[in-house]
Amino acid sequence: MKSVRNHLSLVLALLSILFSMQLYFIVERSIDAYKVKLSQNYSVIAVSKEELSSEAFAKINKIVSQAKEIAPDSVIKRLSSDMKSTNVELLKLTLPRFYKLSLSHYPSPEEIKKLKSDLLAHNAITKVEDFAHTHDTVYKLLLLFKNVVTLFSSVVLLVTVLLIFKELRIWQYKHNERMSIMGLFGAALWLRSAVLFRLAIVDALLASFVAFGIFTYLSSYPWVLDQFKNIGIDVVVFNPIDDFLMILGVAVAISIVLASLIVLGHKEEA
Amino acid sequence: MDKVIIAQDLSLAYSNNETIINKASFSINSGNFVFITGASGSGKSTLLKSLYGALKPKQGSLVVGGVELKAISRSKLNFLRRHIGIVFQDYKLVKEWTIEKNIMLPLLINGYLKSVAQDQVEKLLKHVRLNHQIGKYPLELSGGEQQRVAMARALAHNPILIMADEPTGNLDEYSSQLIWNLLEGANNQLKTTVIVVTHNIPKNLSVDYKHFHIEYGNIHEIR
Repeated sequence: MKSVRNHLSLVLALLSILFSMQLYFIVERSIDAYKVKLSQNYSVIAVSKEELSSEAFAKINKIVSQAKEIAPDSVIKRLSSDMKSTNVELLKLTLPRFYKLSLSHYPSPEEIKKLKSDLLAHNAITKVEDFAHTHDTVYKLLLLFKNVVTLFSSVVLLVTVLLIFKELRIWQYKHNERMSIMGLFGAALWLRSAVLFRLAIVDALLASFVAFGIFTYLSSYPWVLDQFKNIGIDVVVFNPIDDFLMILGVAVAISIVLASLIVLGHKEEA
Repeated sequence: MDKVIIAQDLSLAYSNNETIINKASFSINSGNFVFITGASGSGKSTLLKSLYGALKPKQGSLVVGGVELKAISRSKLNFLRRHIGIVFQDYKLVKEWTIEKNIMLPLLINGYLKSVAQDQVEKLLKHVRLNHQIGKYPLELSGGEQQRVAMARALAHNPILIMADEPTGNLDEYSSQLIWNLLEGANNQLKTTVIVVTHNIPKNLSVDYKHFHIEYGNIHEIR
């Protein structure tokens, strides 16, 4: 029971850090996936006096991944009822060319502004419609969501670090006595601190494996999967190799720093 | 006879700079049994601390086991302490370890194999008459029993020097007698140098001993 209590305080603190960290990454991945989805649906319309290829648009601004000419047929069809066929042909020749530009990623408002000015700087392009208002609203909403989650994760991290520092004092008191006694019998520093480092690493492993279990379960939990399905994105909630290695690395690093702080703060009894 | 401890004009002080021991010179030979007495606060324990390197000399020279302690490095101090056994009035046992592990501590530090260390611990526990308590933790034992564990730990690695700071201060007669017997035995049979800080020198000792008395920061050799 005493041994469980010894481990529980650090394991819980580590779990809290690992949770806030993984939560942040899930949100980051969701936003990235959602941006990709938005970029597929978002496009800019450019009006040109002459024919321009996809490569020509890409040369104007690298963000343009594809340019597709919009056929003027539907507009002409509406007008053609009152016009002679020769006039329709003439109109077809004099009408400017409309292009739907697809972008390589979901752009920021600054990138949209730059794209618009780059396009308008081209001699042939006369008008650009960037649907900036709609874009900005969606983009700001995403940004707000990301900032709220970042803030939440940071607060959890800060509170946990403060808790860990409080725990550190208790550990320092608990381990100082044993380290001093070992020192009186000539134990080298590594031997005096071995128990502490072993305890810290065991706690890091415990926290990592508990986090692994919980996130593996969550990543296949139907309710979680439905949330992503509802907004039409596919997100890896937990990668059992990459994410686990990262969680393990962070947990071990925090534990070792904690143990090192105790060892460095240890004062010999005089 | 080899000198285990040589002090020349030794002055000791804590960080507040108040001198506790003032320019003392003395020596202790290998195999001596030495008592250090003095009134409370006279500096007996301070002197003992300096002998095991927990307090560096403020002035003068202090050589223990051929090593000058004034500017000793941590690794050399560790090496020296591996050849010393220390007994404290408050036992200084690791509470979260069993008494077996506590006694094993100096053996493991000195690189003994665990199986050899375990055999040695069993012998020592019989010696201090605690072999039936092997799996217990220090706080499950009485004060006298804890001090016997501390004594067994001090003897475990056959040190060249045993230092004891008021080892029988809080003990009943039975435990006190057992501690004195063990210290005498180590001195008689193993020729271990023994230094004991105490208020009262026991009357029924069978060993020949040296006696230093500390008064007003000065060390007087009485016997």
